[in-house]
Amino acid sequence: MNTPEILCRADGLAKHVSGPGGRLTILHGLSLRVAAGEAVAIVGASGSGKSTLLGLLAGLDAPSGGEVELCGTRLSTLDEDGRAALRGGRVGFVFQNFQLLPTLTALENVSLPLELAAAGEQTAARGNGGVRPDTGMQGADATAVAREALERVGLSARAGHYPRQLSGGEQQRVAIARAFAPGPRILFADEPTGNLDLATGQRIIDLLFALRADAGAALVLVTHDEALAARCDRRLGMRDGHLEVLP
Amino acid sequence: MSAGKARMPAAAPWRLALRLLRRDWRSGELYLLAAALVLTVAAITAVGFFTDRIERTMQRQGGELIAADLAIDSSRPIPPSFADAAAARGLEVARTLTFRSVVLAGDDTQLVQVKAVDDAYPLRGEMRLKADIDAAEQPAPGPPGDGVAWVEPRLLYVLGADPGARIDLGEATFTADRLIAYEPDRGGNFFQIAPRVMIHMDALPATGLVTAASRVRHRLLVAGPRDAVADFAAWAEPRLPASAGLIDAREARPEFATAVDRASRFLHLAALTTLLVAGAAIALASRRLVDRQTDAVAVMRCLGAPRHLLTRIFAIRLLSFGLLASLAGCLLGWLGQRGLALLLADWVEGPLPAASIQPVFVGIGTGLVALAGFALPPLLQLADVPPLRVLRRDLGPPRVSVAFAGLGAAAALALMILWQAGDVELAWKLLLGVVAAVAALVTLGAVMVWLAGLAAARTRGIWRLGLAGLARRPAAAILQITGFGLGILALLLLAVVRVDLLRSWQETLPEGAPNRFLINIQPHERDALADWLADHDIDGAGIFPMIRGRLTGIGARDIEPDDYEDPRAERLAAREFNLSYATALQADNSIIAGRWWSGAGQTAPAPGQFSVEEGIAETLGIRLGDRLRFQVAGQTVSAPVTSLRQVQWDSFNVNFFVIGTPGLLAEQPATYITSFYLPASREALVPELLRAFPSVTLIDVGALLAQVRGIIEQGIHAVEYVFLFTLAAGLLVMYAGIQASLAVRRAEHGVLRTLGANRRQLLRGLLVEFTAAGLLAGLTASIFAQITGFVLARQLFDLPFAPNPWLWVFGVLGSGAAIGLAGTLGTYRALVRPPLAALRGAG
Ligand SMILES: Nc1ncnc2c1ncn2[C@@H]1O[C@H](COP(=O)(O)OP(=O)(O)O)[C@@H](O)[C@H]1O
Ligand SMILES: [Mg+2]
Repeated sequence: MNTPEILCRADGLAKHVSGPGGRLTILHGLSLRVAAGEAVAIVGASGSGKSTLLGLLAGLDAPSGGEVELCGTRLSTLDEDGRAALRGGRVGFVFQNFQLLPTLTALENVSLPLELAAAGEQTAARGNGGVRPDTGMQGADATAVAREALERVGLSARAGHYPRQLSGGEQQRVAIARAFAPGPRILFADEPTGNLDLATGQRIIDLLFALRADAGAALVLVTHDEALAARCDRRLGMRDGHLEVLP
Repeated sequence: MSAGKARMPAAAPWRLALRLLRRDWRSGELYLLAAALVLTVAAITAVGFFTDRIERTMQRQGGELIAADLAIDSSRPIPPSFADAAAARGLEVARTLTFRSVVLAGDDTQLVQVKAVDDAYPLRGEMRLKADIDAAEQPAPGPPGDGVAWVEPRLLYVLGADPGARIDLGEATFTADRLIAYEPDRGGNFFQIAPRVMIHMDALPATGLVTAASRVRHRLLVAGPRDAVADFAAWAEPRLPASAGLIDAREARPEFATAVDRASRFLHLAALTTLLVAGAAIALASRRLVDRQTDAVAVMRCLGAPRHLLTRIFAIRLLSFGLLASLAGCLLGWLGQRGLALLLADWVEGPLPAASIQPVFVGIGTGLVALAGFALPPLLQLADVPPLRVLRRDLGPPRVSVAFAGLGAAAALALMILWQAGDVELAWKLLLGVVAAVAALVTLGAVMVWLAGLAAARTRGIWRLGLAGLARRPAAAILQITGFGLGILALLLLAVVRVDLLRSWQETLPEGAPNRFLINIQPHERDALADWLADHDIDGAGIFPMIRGRLTGIGARDIEPDDYEDPRAERLAAREFNLSYATALQADNSIIAGRWWSGAGQTAPAPGQFSVEEGIAETLGIRLGDRLRFQVAGQTVSAPVTSLRQVQWDSFNVNFFVIGTPGLLAEQPATYITSFYLPASREALVPELLRAFPSVTLIDVGALLAQVRGIIEQGIHAVEYVFLFTLAAGLLVMYAGIQASLAVRRAEHGVLRTLGANRRQLLRGLLVEFTAAGLLAGLTASIFAQITGFVLARQLFDLPFAPNPWLWVFGVLGSGAAIGLAGTLGTYRALVRPPLAALRGAG
C-alpha cells in the first residue's frame, strides 16, 4: 500500500506580528499534513490563531518562519502571483462572511474563478513558473460549468439574483458552488456556518460534505463547533498558537 | 463574444474585462462616475463646438468692419504674389487704394481722401448710397461706374455744389452723382478730416494722380473660408515687406475686440468651472468605486488571479469605460450645442458655420485624462490588495501616499485646464482659486472633525450621535465637506457671474449708448451745436477738443515708423494722433498707474503733462515718466507722462489715446468731437442736423454698436446655457458627497439600531451632522465665490464689481438648509432597512 499523496504540508510554521505591545507570536512553529481526499478539522477558541493558520496554508500570507508546501510546490519558492496561479482552479475557499462579489449575479460569482483561470492561462507566460490550473476549463464552458455547480447546490432558480437578494444560507450555497466549480483538489473553509442559524448551518455542512465526497477533494475546516469537527476524519486543536491532536 | 475568437493571443483578459465592465454597469455601480464623466465631456465639447462656431461667426461679422476677413495694409504697392497666393487658396480678393488729393469744382478747391476700389469691393458688408441728402439709403448696386464718383455729403456742401455736380480730380473729371451714406471699412479711420471721394480703380490712371512718388495706402482685401484665411495669413505674415501689415477686424476696432474677448472669456470660464467641479465629482466617484472594488480584488486574488492580470483587467475596463462615457458625453455636447445654435438663430444671419470635429477629440481626450488622473492610480494600486483581506477585514488596500494620488489627479486636472483654456491667465487664476478653496475646505473639514470629536465627548443624546458620526469617519467627513463646498462654490460662482458680472457687462453698453459721432466741429460752431443738441433733447456726452499731432519722440528716442516691429505700432507712429485736453478724468476711464492731474480742491493750473491709454502705451513702449514729443501745427509740444489710463472702449464714448493738460494744448488749433444717442424713431433729425452744420461729419456707428451689443447679448445667452452644465456638475458633486459616506453609515446605523436607537433619533442625528457640514461648506464657498468674483471682474473682465450681500445669505443659510435636508433624506432613505439587512449588506 503506497502512502497517499500529501496535498498540504506545513513544517515549523510560525507567525509573529509587531503590535503596540511589542512582538506578538500568533503561531509557535507548528507542523501539519493534509492528505488528498482527507478532511481535517481545526478547532479552537476565537482568537487562538485558526484563521491565521488557514491563510498561511493557502498561501494568502507569508509565514515568519517554517515552510508550507501546497499541491507539491513549496510556497516560499513562489512570489505572490505564483501563489495566486497555484491556487487558481486547485484551491477552493468558503468564508464565514461568504465573500460574494455584490455586483455579480449568483451565476457570475460561480463562474468568476473559471473565467479568471481562462484569462490567467493566456497571460501565464508572464513568469509564474509554468504553474497552470489543471482544470482544463475553457472560457466558453465557464457558464455551463457554473450553471451545473449552481444546480448541485439547488440554486439554479436563483442564478440571475444578486447576493443582496439572497438569504445568508443561499449566499453560502453560492459560495460553495463557486468553491467546487473549478474542481479543486483541496478546500479551505473558515467557519462556514459562523454567520448562519443552527438549522441552516446544518444544511450547509451537509452540502459541503456531500460535494466534497463527490469531488474527492481534501478539506481543511476551521470551526469552534465541536459537533461540526466530529464529522471530519481528523481533529486538531488550536490553543495559543500550538496545535494538538484531539481524539 | 464567440468562442471562435478565443484563440487570439491575450484576448481572454479583454473579454473578461469587458464582461466585468458590463456587469459593473448593470449593477449600477458605475452610474455616478459615468454621470460625472459624461457631464464633464459634454460641457467641454459643447463649449468647444460652440466657442468655435461663435468665434467664426463673430469673425465673419467683424469682417464688415474692414470689408474683408483679413487685409494687408501697405504704404507701397503690394506685390501681386500675395493676391495670387490668396486666389490659389480659393479666397476672394479685392484691392483698394487711398490717398489725399484736392478736388476742384468751379473755382473752389477742397482737400479730400480719395479711395479707389475694384469690382470686388467690398468683400464683407455693403456700401450704402443716397441720391440726395434727404433721400433714403440704398445699397450700392456695384462699384462706381466710369466717370462717376461717390462723395461724402460734406464735400458738396463745402464746394457749394449739388448732387450730379462735376468735380475735377487731377486730370480727370467725374460726376458726383451719389452721396456716401455708409462705407463699411470707414471705421478703420474714424476721425479723418478730409471728406471721402470714392472712384473706380480703372479710372485712376486717367487722373494722373498716383505716381511712384505719391503717398498712397494700398490694401489687399481677402475673404473666404476660415481655414483658408488662416492659412493665407500664416503664409503671408513672414513674407510681408516692412512697409506692410496684416489687419483683421479685432485690430481695426478696439470696441469689437473687447466684446469678442469678453465673450470668449466668459465661455471659457463657464467651461473651466464645469471642468473643475465635474473633476471633483469624478474624483469622489472614483474613490467610491475604488472602495467598493477592494473586496472584489481580494477575492479574485484569493481565487487565483495574478496581479498582472488584475492590473490589465482594471486598465482595460477603465479605459473602455472612459471611452464609452466620453463618446456619450461628446454626443450630448453636440446635441447641446445644436440647442444653443437654435437659441441664437435669430441673432446670426444665415446658418452658423458648421461645427468642426476638433472639439470631439478634445472632449474624448478630456474624459480619458480625467479618468486616468483620478481613477486609474488608485485602481491599479488595488491589484496590491492583500488576498488575506478575505480573512482579515482590517487589511485595506496598501495606502499609496496621498500625495502621490493627489498629484496624479492634480496633474491631470491642470493638463486638462491648460489644454482647454486657450487663455492661460484665466486658467491659472481659476486653478489657483480652486486649489486654495480645496485646501481651505480640507483644512476646515479636518478642524470640524476634530471639534466634533471634542464636542461629542461633552454632549449627550442625539447631538452626541451626530457629532460623533463626523469624528468617527474623518476621511469620509473631510471628503464630504470638500464635495459640498465645491458644489456650492460652483453654484455661487454661477450666481456671481450671472447676476453681477454679466449684468455689469450688459451695462457697459446701456440702451442709450452713443450711436452717432460728430467730428470736425469747428470752434465757432461749438456752442451753436451744443445748443442745437440741447434744443432737440439730445444728450451729448460732452464736446471734446481734438488736436492733431504727430508723435516724434518718447524720452530720448526719436520715433520713426520703422522703429516698430508690430505693424499696428508702426501705423500708429506714422499716423497723426488725435490729442485732447481735459481738466477732469472721463467717468469711464480709470487710472491704473500714476496720478491724474486734477485732484480734489486743486485750484492752480497743473503743469504740462500727458495721460496715455495703457494699451497704446504698451504697444509703443511708453512708460510712466517718459517725456513725449508731438509735432502740432508745426510746433513741438512736449511733456512727461504722469498717468496711464484704462479705457472702456466698448462704451462707445469718445475716448482718446493721449490726453494733455489744458495748459499744454488749449492754445493749439482744435476741432471738436462729440457723440450722442439718436433713437431710430428720430432718424429724420439727421438731414436737419447736416443742413444746420454742413461742415460737420456725422459718423453712424449704429451698425458697429449693434454688432457689439449682439455679441454681448448672445455671449450672455451662451454663457447661461453652458452654466446649465455647471449647475448639473455642482449638484452631482454634492450627491457624490452624500454617497461618499453611505456605505460606512449603513453599517454604523445597523449597529446603532440593534443597540436600540429609534428612527427619529437617527434622523435628528443625521440632520445635525449634515446641517453643520452644509453651513461650514457654505461659509467657505461664499468666501471663495466672493473673492473669485472680485478677481474675475477686476482682473480678467475689466468690469466693476460690488459685493452682493445676498450671496452670503443664500450661500451660508441656503446651503445649510439644502444640504441638511438633502443629505438627511438621501441618507435616511438608504438607511431605512431592517437592521439585519443593513448588517448583512455591510458584511
Ligand atoms: N496582522 C495582525 N496584526 C495584529 N494582530 C493579529 C494579526 N493577525 C492576527 N492577529 C491576532 O492574532 C490572533 C489570532 O487571530 P485569528 O487567526 O484571526 O484567530 P481565530 O481565527 O482563531 O479567531 C488574534 O488575537 C488576532 O487579533
Ligand atoms: Mg477566525
